Amino acid sequence: MDTLYYLIQNTLPVAIPLLLVALGGMFSERSGVINIALEGIMLFGAFFGCLFVYFIEGTGMNPQTILLLAMLVAAVSGLVYSFLLSFAAINMKADQTITGTAMNMLVPAAILLFSKMNFNSDGVTTNTNFYIREVPVLGRVPVIGKLFFQNTYITVYIGFFLLAVSTIIFYTTRFGLRLRACGEHPHAADSVGINVYLMRYAGVSISGILGGIGGFFYAVGVMDGNTNGHTGVAGFGFLALAVMIFGQWKPVKIFFAALFFAFLRTLAYSIALIPFLDELNINQTFYKILPYLATMIVLAFTSGKSRAPKAEGIPYDKSQR
Amino acid sequence: MPEKKNTTKKVFNLESVLKSKGFSAFMAALFAIFLGLIFGFIVMTVASPANSLPGFRTVLLGGFRRLGDVFYFATPILMTGLSVGFAFKMGLFNIGASGQYTMGMFFALYVGFMLKPADGIHWLICVLAGFLGGLLWGLIPGVFKALLNVNEVITSIMTNYIGMYLVDMLIQSNGAMYVPSKTRTAYLPQSAQLPPLGVDNSSVNISIFIAIFIAVILYIILNKTVFGYELKATGYNRFASQYAGMSGKRNIIITMAVAGALSGLGGAFAILAPSTIPGSSMTYEPINIIAANGFNGIAVALLGNSSPIGIIFSALFISHIQRGGTLASLFGYKPEIIDIVISVIIYFSAFSMLMKSILDRIVKKRREMRTKDHAETGGKDDPDADNPARALDNDKKGVN
Repeated sequence: MDTLYYLIQNTLPVAIPLLLVALGGMFSERSGVINIALEGIMLFGAFFGCLFVYFIEGTGMNPQTILLLAMLVAAVSGLVYSFLLSFAAINMKADQTITGTAMNMLVPAAILLFSKMNFNSDGVTTNTNFYIREVPVLGRVPVIGKLFFQNTYITVYIGFFLLAVSTIIFYTTRFGLRLRACGEHPHAADSVGINVYLMRYAGVSISGILGGIGGFFYAVGVMDGNTNGHTGVAGFGFLALAVMIFGQWKPVKIFFAALFFAFLRTLAYSIALIPFLDELNINQTFYKILPYLATMIVLAFTSGKSRAPKAEGIPYDKSQR
Repeated sequence: MPEKKNTTKKVFNLESVLKSKGFSAFMAALFAIFLGLIFGFIVMTVASPANSLPGFRTVLLGGFRRLGDVFYFATPILMTGLSVGFAFKMGLFNIGASGQYTMGMFFALYVGFMLKPADGIHWLICVLAGFLGGLLWGLIPGVFKALLNVNEVITSIMTNYIGMYLVDMLIQSNGAMYVPSKTRTAYLPQSAQLPPLGVDNSSVNISIFIAIFIAVILYIILNKTVFGYELKATGYNRFASQYAGMSGKRNIIITMAVAGALSGLGGAFAILAPSTIPGSSMTYEPINIIAANGFNGIAVALLGNSSPIGIIFSALFISHIQRGGTLASLFGYKPEIIDIVISVIIYFSAFSMLMKSILDRIVKKRREMRTKDHAETGGKDDPDADNPARALDNDKKGVN
């Protein structure tokens, strides 16, 4: 039972970055722009979030307050960086995959350059401990307290909150409906007076915000508050894209997909703690491959009838209406 | 860049060159390079203003002092560039070049250590093994795309990670290949290494010629064979080509397999290269990092406009500024500057559509000025003079 608690406590901080970034990808793709730059956006947000923590941690502020402020910094930096994609994809009608690839290549190089010049290292290292051993009161509740309110990070609760907000915006607001229309049939949307360019800017910008936050949460929950240009976010941006496809571009399904992958990954890194798996004596690398292999197998079974937004990846051209 | 001959005019003139597709792609690439270099110069100036001019000159010209190395480092990225570019022609984005590259490298290493054929053909068999390794690894996303409708971008990213972990694991658990105390692979036997070209202090070897030869072969396949025609037609419009009776699924699988094999060759060429120190060889360090040469291949392919001939030049160019970037460390600059320059170049080369239209506008303006001059000297002023030309240009794009 303790092993199960341990696994779930460790799955959630990994699942939340995946969830947020995949939700970001969903907003972007449902508005019609393929966002392959999520990996870069995550790293960009993580870097500025950690940089903020680095400069402010000496002031003796409460770690959780620092985390919340750094989250805002990460969100803004993700948003700013995502403008590079929206500008290229929407105004310049550039190839979205190529633009995204360029953006993914730029961030690690820039971080390495900056950190080597200023810190003489490969990234930003911070000393603040964001870990929450036990949430007051709630942590004492039997079972639930152990599952969700012990040995965790505040990022988990923010993640659930953002999931709820995203789902509501996506399904119950006029904005959400219009955004989805632009990804399915932009010409029809335009004909009833929706500004397709604006909606797509909004979609990419939301993905920038969520991507930046997700990147910083990755740095907090997986990397102990550090970022570096070499390992980056270890393909989490790409995994998030797979999570989004597995979740069929729908928020709640994306949540379960994120949990699934995060659980596999946690399992892979805690084999030594699970007696019956440890006894099998299988090379650890097999477990590290597991999340990626599972992604492929799952996609093989779910992609037959693709629910991808119909107009994604196609630059909107008014004159073709 | 090869200029397409304008069949309607027999006489060579500047205008027909300016209007050709190859030329405008070339100009767009040059413009992207120009912007990328300016950005790099700005970054260098911000980083260290006093050294920026000599440092930037080293980035631009330093490669000429290390020509052998330029060719040596160009070979693997030429192969991964061809791989990505070939898949692009079909409308597939092979972001999995890294995994295929690593796989090819592993297969080549395995044959290099485990088989002991006759000396003269050992390296050749290693190269073929690399070809096979990459082919198998490229086949996976191809099959997933063709038969199971899975987006090739996601599967090739996944195969990048799977391939990297798998190869690292296989190498570390193989006593003949891995030296745990050095955390690197052992030295390959001399017979498995590619024949060098005899340039002092450089590992440049015969594979650069093989790579260029393969590029030419690909150019011929793409432009002169039925398969190449089907491939490009599928790239333009998958449904139309299917309607015309081309087997899209078979072509997707073949394309990805070929693309994988090209990347695999890149990996083999990189690891089989001769060392400048006698008795040693290139080694591989399994540290769970995705091979950078695969992603550089994307840059090379985009800059070369996915044309095999263009890719030869873009691989040489990128290798050239990478050498320059390494030499710029003499002035205290970090080689990462070059990665920044390259990503900026790719970012702007995605704007190629826009740049082409700017170029068209310039050409048009020049022509309008000429018609005006013509009108002043008594000719007829025809505002639509350029329309048939543009229609012809569009026509060419559609057919080609």
